[in-house]
Amino acid sequence: MGLSLTRAAQWTTDTSGTGKLELTPMNVFLLKEILHFVEQFSSQHPQEAKNVFEEPLHWSTTLVASDFKTDYDISDSDVQSQERDCEGNPLLQLSPPTVYVRSFSQLSKLVHLADDKKLEEVQACLEENRDPVVKILGPSFVSTLEKEDAHTDVLSLVDKVKEKDQGKNPEVKVKLFLLLQNMDNQLLSKCLKEIAGQVSLDPTAVKNEVELLKKFCSEGEKRVLKLVRYTSDYIFSNGCRSPLWRQVHGEICYLVIEPCDTETLYITCSSAGVFLNVGIKQEEEESGYERTSDMYKDLVTLLKSRSPHFAENINKQDFAVQELPSTQKIQHVELVDVEEQGQPQRSYEQQEKNVHEKARQQHTPNKAGGEKKYEPCPRWKNLGLMSPCGKAEENKPSKSSGEEKSGEIQENLGPGAKSKMKAEFSVSSFPGRLSSQKIKAEEKKPSKSSGEKSGEIQKRKLGSGAKSKMKAEFSVSSLPGRLSSQKIKTPAGSMPVEAFSESSSESEEEEEQPERRPESNTDLPSEYWQIQKLVKYLKGGDQTATVLTLCAMMDFNLMQETCQLAIRDVGGLEVLINLLDTDEVKCKIGSLKILRKISHNVQIRRTIVDMGGLQSIVKILDSPVKDLKALAAKTIANVARFRRARTTVRQYGGIKKLVKLLDCVPNLADLTANQEKDVEVARCGALALWSCSKSTKNKEAIRKAGGIPLLGRLLKSPHENMLIPVVGTLQECASEESYRIAIQMFGMIKDLVKNLSSDNDELQMHCASAIFKCAEDKQTRDLVRKYGGLQPLVLLLSKSDNKQLLAAATGAIWKCSISMENVAKFQEYKALETLVRLLSDQPEEVLVNVVGALGEFALIPANKANIRKCGGIKSLVNLLTGTNQALLVNVTKAVGACATDMDNMAIIDQLDGVRLVWSLLKNPSADVQSSAAWALCPCIKNAKDAGEMVRSLVGGLELIVNLLKSTNNEVLASICAAIAKIAKDKENLAVLTDHGVVPLLAKLTNTTDDRLRRHLAEAIGHCCMWGSNRASIGDAGAVAPLVRYLKSKDKAVHQSTAMALYQLSKNPNNCIAMHEKGVVKPLIHFMGSDDETLQEAAAGCVRNIRLLALANRNALLFR
Amino acid sequence: MSEMSAMNRKLIQTLAETISKQVQHFNKTEVECLIREFNVLLGEQTTPGKAVAGLDRIQFRSILHNIFKMTDDMIMDGVFRAFDKDNDCFISMKEWIEGLSVFLRGTLDEHIKYCFDVYDLNGDNSLSREEMFPMLKNSLIRQPTEEDPDEGIKDLVEITLKKMDHDHDGKLSFTDFEKSVKEENLLLEAFGTCLPDTTSIEAFEQRVFQEQQYQ
Repeated sequence: MGLSLTRAAQWTTDTSGTGKLELTPMNVFLLKEILHFVEQFSSQHPQEAKNVFEEPLHWSTTLVASDFKTDYDISDSDVQSQERDCEGNPLLQLSPPTVYVRSFSQLSKLVHLADDKKLEEVQACLEENRDPVVKILGPSFVSTLEKEDAHTDVLSLVDKVKEKDQGKNPEVKVKLFLLLQNMDNQLLSKCLKEIAGQVSLDPTAVKNEVELLKKFCSEGEKRVLKLVRYTSDYIFSNGCRSPLWRQVHGEICYLVIEPCDTETLYITCSSAGVFLNVGIKQEEEESGYERTSDMYKDLVTLLKSRSPHFAENINKQDFAVQELPSTQKIQHVELVDVEEQGQPQRSYEQQEKNVHEKARQQHTPNKAGGEKKYEPCPRWKNLGLMSPCGKAEENKPSKSSGEEKSGEIQENLGPGAKSKMKAEFSVSSFPGRLSSQKIKAEEKKPSKSSGEKSGEIQKRKLGSGAKSKMKAEFSVSSLPGRLSSQKIKTPAGSMPVEAFSESSSESEEEEEQPERRPESNTDLPSEYWQIQKLVKYLKGGDQTATVLTLCAMMDFNLMQETCQLAIRDVGGLEVLINLLDTDEVKCKIGSLKILRKISHNVQIRRTIVDMGGLQSIVKILDSPVKDLKALAAKTIANVARFRRARTTVRQYGGIKKLVKLLDCVPNLADLTANQEKDVEVARCGALALWSCSKSTKNKEAIRKAGGIPLLGRLLKSPHENMLIPVVGTLQECASEESYRIAIQMFGMIKDLVKNLSSDNDELQMHCASAIFKCAEDKQTRDLVRKYGGLQPLVLLLSKSDNKQLLAAATGAIWKCSISMENVAKFQEYKALETLVRLLSDQPEEVLVNVVGALGEFALIPANKANIRKCGGIKSLVNLLTGTNQALLVNVTKAVGACATDMDNMAIIDQLDGVRLVWSLLKNPSADVQSSAAWALCPCIKNAKDAGEMVRSLVGGLELIVNLLKSTNNEVLASICAAIAKIAKDKENLAVLTDHGVVPLLAKLTNTTDDRLRRHLAEAIGHCCMWGSNRASIGDAGAVAPLVRYLKSKDKAVHQSTAMALYQLSKNPNNCIAMHEKGVVKPLIHFMGSDDETLQEAAAGCVRNIRLLALANRNALLFR
Repeated sequence: MSEMSAMNRKLIQTLAETISKQVQHFNKTEVECLIREFNVLLGEQTTPGKAVAGLDRIQFRSILHNIFKMTDDMIMDGVFRAFDKDNDCFISMKEWIEGLSVFLRGTLDEHIKYCFDVYDLNGDNSLSREEMFPMLKNSLIRQPTEEDPDEGIKDLVEITLKKMDHDHDGKLSFTDFEKSVKEENLLLEAFGTCLPDTTSIEAFEQRVFQEQQYQ
């Protein structure tokens, strides 16, 4: 009973020491069996039944005194049996709620009395007496018996016991012991039958075993095998290595193993077992798959039967020094005697495995021949030797227990370990290696597992739920071909069924397993089954059948997601991709035709790339068959819609090949059929490049491969279907400076402009978009005007329902309008009016461009009035409340440009536009901040009662002063400019001063940015006009840097600096500082400038210095 | 001997001239080369002194096998039948050149007709299930697990019929076949490879046509 209880029964995670048996089918089954055993016991074995237990079994019972009938003495609630032992103690004693029972006869009576509650009673008894055998027979007795060899006969056992234990009735005890063990074995074998259905080999089990075997061929002396290798390095997503058409037969992989003593073995591992084949040395061989030997259940068994050397040495192997693969974490396992360690808890998974293992060993004929030495399995040694403690344990003679022939694992977890109950155990042992070891896992010292890992990992708390869940997984993973891409990366995760396989078992951390949704077959559409059938034919068909099947597959609606995913889910993608690597042109064409369509699906695209299909497709681009090249390029165009795919295309040289496809003569009046095909190939190449060109590195690669002139040549094609991908690629690439230059240099602007007048919206859009990007360059803008591109752009504005087109066209207009000549042209075409009308009800990408264009237009005074007349001001001010930063930058710019007109300003003021612009200073984007600050300058300048207006904005001045702490020079420059404007109002200047504007400005003076210098000097100049600001600026050390500004090359800097110095020079100390820094010489130089303001300021400053010097001399003279 | 070959050459030239007017895709020189090639092939099989009508089936099959890499017996017989227009079980010189013109350089329409003839085992101008079945018989790997090993083939035939039988009469007429191939060119050799691939065409043409230029 002991073993089945410790291993088969499924205990809960309760850690209080009294584990509970869960209500699982397995446990109920066990309980019933034990109950049956107890019930029958007193009638079948009357003598043994009377044997008094060493210790009473006691548990909390639900029985009460009234349940007991004759043969019992009842006093109050207490009950004592009349049956007593030789010392007169009752064999049954009930003192509620605990009952003590001391013989089997009493046990069976009690069970009879319990009637319908008997199952609960047995359960309670087992839960509270975790090792009933020890209690029944006494610990010393059990350990004595267990040390004995299983095959020692009863009599010698009795003798042994007599020696040790001078107690009573040893024969009876031994018999009882044997009876219990017999019962135990029966229970286990029955349990096994429940699990037995789930056993078969799987890729991971094979892999693990191969890993183990590979270690055997490592070192010189201990070498058991010469070589172990796979025939193929390619691993399919389901973990198999055999070609697809063999996987159909359940074959997993092929191995070549060279034993030390016999000829090389060619081995097939299939799900049914392993066997020798005729000789598959490499992949792709047609023949050699036939089975030439018996089927063995695992590799070790096969090797043992083939190689005597292996059989001999495998048992002696000492693996202590071997390094274990680092791929798996395993809890440290060491050998521990259960009696010494008390009653550890066990996880159900292990128990189940142990049951299985034991049963297997009982049921498998011992293949190792007559060798019947029971010693620990080498793998256990392997694990055990990881710690000195374990090693010590291992060195002790292992105890064998009667007929028990199995390793036993127990798992003892420290309190801290419970949360990480992801134990992984190797339970497997070689056939014939029967050991009775108790193994304790120590969570704290995770060691690397040997190649084979076993033991299903599950959290301990997964109780009965765990089992049903595992079953669910079985059903999924056992469906062939169902291992979809989700599982690709964890082939090991797909074999729960086989985790119970005979040779070794696999474990996997549950957290790492991808979520698998069991697919219910009822939901699948009929297409699914039809496609599954077709894929089957694809796998097993020759060229003719394959082509027929592919054609049949094309008849499905391949644009429909159900079909696309069905092809993937039944393993069709793999076959299709495999076909690409064949030599059969027709198969490749058919496959690509399907791939091209299903790759419209995002998931399919990813799967194709994951499977390495893109490499094959790229390779086809070199094919001499034009149809094939065209199809391959088209497929790439679909697949390369995400970054990883684009990178893959580049890395496999796809860009160069695609660029090569572009080389054709597109413009001949009459093409031969062959040339026409070339043109089609080029078109497909352009399509693919278009997809690829969305990655910056690919743009570079296209350029380097010489793609630009070829695209330029194709741009002259008269066909829209050619032009669209070509222009699409160009506009995509035009984001790069190098392309913009090239587009201009190769004269493509002309063609782009020409195609603006095409009647295809898409083409027009791409052309406009290309111009949008290229027109950053002045020469390009001029070219667009020269080729008459401005009018068609304005005409495109009427297509207000096509937003993408509108966005591209307005963008092109915006960038073109940076040139004033273009603005004049646009004015002729009444572009402004149209643009203003577009200010409402448009998506943001259009608005950004429209407003940007208006901002440029408004730089011409006439247009300012026009915008107002069209009602544009109101729309612009309304847009100030938006959130799109690009839009806000443009809007503030446009508003600022408009505000330079007094009439416009009146409207802006009326609409409270200044407040809106001002509040944009709070925007987190530096671009928006600076743009808003720039816009404020004309607003403040032109507003009617500017000072009052600024003061009315609560907290506005503080906000501005604080922005002087920004790190962005553009923001600082714009804020300085705004401060200069604000400071013209004395009251506001006072407020600014209160907010500490002076030290902040002074701190900025060390800048070398001319733009900032100019506005900073201006701001300083204006801020001098209040109170003691002049002195404090000088005290802050701002004078010396300002003097340096005079050396700048920027005239605007000179002007504002001279004005600032003039203001500062009104303070004598500043004059001294300036003079020390040699300000006079440059100032005198500036007095000769053409700029009157500069002249005046420079002269004024020199005058102030001179006056001070004069006063000083007078003072000295007339002292 | 040289007289003989001179006479022969003249003969061949006149013959080539007449034939090249009747046959498309080949010019006169090419026809001449093909005649020579034919004579060479014929010479291998003739026993001296015995007049022969042309290449017999075995000879022709070995040509198909060696030069054009064909393997399927049934298809090779079909090709022979398609070449042998007068059904006399020999391929005459004219049949040889006409056949090759389609075989090597045929247009799509010619290829459709030719392939259909190859597949039409009984010459009744339609392909029935019974004719398709043997042609597809070896196209699928037999799965040991399947109860009826022919089931896959039968299913394949049905799939093909479903796809190509436009008038739904349970067999493929020439019109059906032509329409299907026009829709999907891949179906041209639906029931087995009966046209040479580009590499063997190139090899053959290069050998036959260039060799002749030296003479």
